[in-house]
Amino acid sequence: MNLTLNVWRQKDARTPGRFVTYEAHDISPDMSFLEMLDVVNERLIEDGDEPIAFDHDCREGICGTCGVVINGRPHGPKERTTACQLHMRSFRNGDLLTIEPWRAKAFPVLRDLIVDRSGLDRIIAAGGFISAAIGSAPDANALPVRKENADLAMDAAACIGCGACVAACPNASAMLFTAAKVSHLGLLPQGQPERAERVRRMIAQMDAEGFGGCTNHEECQAACPKAVSVEVMARMNADFIMASITVGRRDARLGDTAGG
Amino acid sequence: MKLDAKIPSGPLPQKWSKHQFDLKLINPANKRKYSVIMVGSGLAGGGGAASLAELGYTVKCFCYQDSPRRAHSIAAQGGINAAKNYRNDGDSVWRLFYDTVKGGDFRAREANVHRLAEVSNNIIDQCAALGVPFAREYGGLLDNRSFGGAQVSRTFYARGQTGQQLLLGAYQALQRQVARGQVQMFTRHEMLELIVVDGRARGIVARDMVSGAIETHLADAVCLATGGYGNVFFLSTNAKGCNGTAIWRAYKKGAGFANPCFTQIHPTCIPVTGEHQSKLTLMSESLRNDGRIWVPKRKGDNRAPADIPEDERDYYLERRYPSYGNLAPRDISSRAAKQVCDEGRGVGPTGLGVYLDFADAIARLGEDAIRERYGNLCEMYERITAENPYKVPMRIFPAMHYTMGGLWVDYNLESTIPGLFVLGEANFSDHGANRLGASALMQGLADGYFIIPYTIGDYLARAPKRAVPTDHPEVRAAVGGVTERVQRLLSIKGKRTVTSFHRALGKIMWEHCGMARNRSALQAGLSMIPPLREEFWANVAVPGSGEGVNQSLEMAGRVADFLEMGELLIRDALERDESCGCHFREEHITPDGEAKRDDERFAHVAVWEYAGDDKAPVRNQEPLTFDNLQLATRSYK
Repeated sequence: MNLTLNVWRQKDARTPGRFVTYEAHDISPDMSFLEMLDVVNERLIEDGDEPIAFDHDCREGICGTCGVVINGRPHGPKERTTACQLHMRSFRNGDLLTIEPWRAKAFPVLRDLIVDRSGLDRIIAAGGFISAAIGSAPDANALPVRKENADLAMDAAACIGCGACVAACPNASAMLFTAAKVSHLGLLPQGQPERAERVRRMIAQMDAEGFGGCTNHEECQAACPKAVSVEVMARMNADFIMASITVGRRDARLGDTAGG
Repeated sequence: MKLDAKIPSGPLPQKWSKHQFDLKLINPANKRKYSVIMVGSGLAGGGGAASLAELGYTVKCFCYQDSPRRAHSIAAQGGINAAKNYRNDGDSVWRLFYDTVKGGDFRAREANVHRLAEVSNNIIDQCAALGVPFAREYGGLLDNRSFGGAQVSRTFYARGQTGQQLLLGAYQALQRQVARGQVQMFTRHEMLELIVVDGRARGIVARDMVSGAIETHLADAVCLATGGYGNVFFLSTNAKGCNGTAIWRAYKKGAGFANPCFTQIHPTCIPVTGEHQSKLTLMSESLRNDGRIWVPKRKGDNRAPADIPEDERDYYLERRYPSYGNLAPRDISSRAAKQVCDEGRGVGPTGLGVYLDFADAIARLGEDAIRERYGNLCEMYERITAENPYKVPMRIFPAMHYTMGGLWVDYNLESTIPGLFVLGEANFSDHGANRLGASALMQGLADGYFIIPYTIGDYLARAPKRAVPTDHPEVRAAVGGVTERVQRLLSIKGKRTVTSFHRALGKIMWEHCGMARNRSALQAGLSMIPPLREEFWANVAVPGSGEGVNQSLEMAGRVADFLEMGELLIRDALERDESCGCHFREEHITPDGEAKRDDERFAHVAVWEYAGDDKAPVRNQEPLTFDNLQLATRSYK
């Protein structure tokens, strides 16, 4: 196959970027999308040019490192598929592909197609955990978990933190990402003691990072390579309302309006 | 090189608890005065950094990825072993210990493996407490499945994403410590040198992969949890970024490198399709619970699998290993696949493939049950191959997967450089010559959660507390060396890409030091690497500068190290003149085609000592003694 690529090139966070056109010749339909970029890069290097920088690592759809917008769609046209698992047989000979980085205020471009997603780490650091000191755990079967809840928790925990939901959202909101973790931990009995503070802190951090608000477009769910459902956001909203009542009451008593 | 494994005295089941009592402690209020560097953020590194921070140590944690959550532990699919005996099927700490030593073909330390089996149960408890969504039964209790090399069901799992869920548990614990200020996280940082002062590991030189700055980080102890070196084969199931640079730098600073030739080839991966292939994708061993492996009986039979009648199929694992069948250990299953392909009975367009067939399981349990167990794996398979595994058998072939070899460590996980600890796949310790499925996650978390928190305290309590000035000659030399190397790579301005060299090296390794090895092939491979390395340093093309993001530069540094490491790997394979586990020397085969060990000459760990760039490395030995298990021929028949 032969394709034309319209690729975003940007030297660093401070320098403005632009689209550059490349021809991708002799592409096998069995190549992954990233392998196609590898081929283009090998030719660029052989010609003495600098290759297109893009993030990638496991190349089996689980690490969440890769992710580019292909013709306007995060991770490309195939549902529930990361860019590394997208194969060129999903495209046709002669196609024009426009390839861009995730676009979001909270994800500054570091170079070409690489963005800084450390805001997602800070949302987790704000409360996306269960405080269980190493060595203090009771026997794993001492605390049964309803299978239905365990399965729903796993559905939410399948999030790979790639940021496609943010890239797909017209508001660049990180609701789906944040809600997936709130749901995962909130559905488990182990997650109950911190449930109210967790949701408040994570949402506060999400806002502080500059992610937008949710206006229910549900583009995030469509773009999510792990099919995390917007149901997690309903659960987070319910938790947040409940937390605003219970944590607020406690904070008022303690005279601590900042929360947690 | 002095190799004292520091195995505690006393009966095997009491060694670890006795040792824990004997280890020196540091008063809780004093722990914050000690700093530890952790390189790597996977199960061992992330789990270790979180645990050390929780104890109160001041921790700096480094990873090359953009987030600690992306470490390659995340890709482990099938499960994690523990001796819980929740199935009431006769499992015990002793059985897990026995299976692991036997699975490793008697090339691991008894005391280490027993400790691993002991803490396996704590790991499951800890992970459940951290909110890992393990698979459960309708009663709400944990589910198990079977894995290769065991006749009990001891594997805990979270669908086909067990590694991801365990890593996220560790990552979340780590982020909690980051928020507390107890861990300082350095993402997109790559360790390029180890700093050794007065014979002790005291810091690292790292490159900030965004700004390009070469940074110095000093501490009271350094831990490497940087994973394996499987990418020396270019094509492997490792992530593209996985590399051996951290352990190779440590090796060149005096850390012994143990059993480098012990490299695991995983039997069930998606076959290669062409030259463009950048990596190989694993299909979890758990599939072998319900999938049957077969090839046509007749050579060159290229009918569609559905058209091949039952009596013209060879279920070769079930035939050769009736008691373990499709769950024979990885090394044995991989070799068996190679043998049938060598006989011309392989399937698929390249002839390098065998079928993994779910038809029987689907007929027995229904497609929904199979989808519930392996849905995500089947989807991944279909995405890559465009074939539906519920209808057409999967095609699989062995691929490079895991390295049992690594930096030599004693019972405390300390290398031959005092103050340098090595955790997880980066060390050599527990899997001998072959790792059993679902044991890597167990070992990574054992090292990180339950071993290093104890042993590092003893080291810190005994080591002299002395600050290293940032302008110490050793620090300056390390920084100077790194800077010079980066400049050298950039100034070659050759014609051939880094990937092209890497692919060429991988080909040499796979063909000469892969699933089956022999003297002449190894010697040939050994002679091919130095010219390739010379060409690399004369003709590699690394565009761009040292400032800012430069992915070619990152890869060039790693491949330069692989070009040295590959040679050590082959050298070790050549010197180990026996077959054991994954290391299959064609000169040493039993009459029925199995690996034939030579316990008289090789019941030892080979520990390589760097002697200089232009000198052959020195091979040292740590003898292995088996006081509790009898050295027996491994049989899975």
